[in-house]
Amino acid sequence: MFIRMGAAIAAICLFAGSAFAQSAKPTDPQIAHIAYTAGQIDIQAAQLGLKKSKNKDVRAFASDMERDHKAVNAKALALVKKLHVTPEDNDTSRQLSKQASDKRAELSKLNGAAFDKAYIDNEVAYHKTVDDALENTLIPSASNQELKGLLTTGLKIFQGHLQHAQHVAAEFK
Amino acid sequence: MTCLGRSFVLGAVLAISLFALGAEPGRAETLHVTMEQIAYAPAQLSASVGDTIQWDNKDIVTHSATARNGAWDLTIAPDGKNSVVLKSPGTVDYYCRFHPNMVGQITVKPRQ
Repeated sequence: MFIRMGAAIAAICLFAGSAFAQSAKPTDPQIAHIAYTAGQIDIQAAQLGLKKSKNKDVRAFASDMERDHKAVNAKALALVKKLHVTPEDNDTSRQLSKQASDKRAELSKLNGAAFDKAYIDNEVAYHKTVDDALENTLIPSASNQELKGLLTTGLKIFQGHLQHAQHVAAEFK
Repeated sequence: MTCLGRSFVLGAVLAISLFALGAEPGRAETLHVTMEQIAYAPAQLSASVGDTIQWDNKDIVTHSATARNGAWDLTIAPDGKNSVVLKSPGTVDYYCRFHPNMVGQITVKPRQ
């Protein structure tokens, strides 16, 4: 099991050089913090998209991301409150936030079609990374069944986002 | 059997026949599809022209039921519902615009 987890983490690391690669088996309070942070990052990216883009499909996608991730994070907050779990800051969520902040700064310098392409390409890459981390690390590591259930629902929602992002990205090829 | 008795039996048979006719497939129905766990259930169903399909969203996010042939496009919020009346026969593939991994199919038969 340990070897399999190590292999999964190594695979994610190779794929995206991701912050997720930093974690050993995370605890439930850490998982809750990582999942919530990942959602907040995509909400902030969506808000940047809505501020900068004039493309109808990009704006519709950004608006969908803001709405869905807010809905999932609201459920996550309600769940941790019910379970009396205090989300715990950790290296993975700190590094995720740092990487996202760098990416936002990079995107902020772009305009027009260059911004649209960079934003949607990043959404494709980001959802791939998050989906892989959920499937291979966060869901298998979660102990509480309700947390595991919400993460599993989240994964299906975010797999939908990945397909949606890929459809929009195809416009910019 | 008296003449009156025969009339009564005939009337009863006629009433039962009319009642049975009402239950024939000629009557339009409402068929339900649930949106749950980022899937349509049932994903495939068979209906007739004039039937109503109602989608109930039990998920935590907004979904759509969007016909690939452009016939209809419904948006349904969490805990919400929306419906469409099937106008023409054929097979309609549909999906969720927000989560394209959600797909469904309705086979619409001509009304008998």
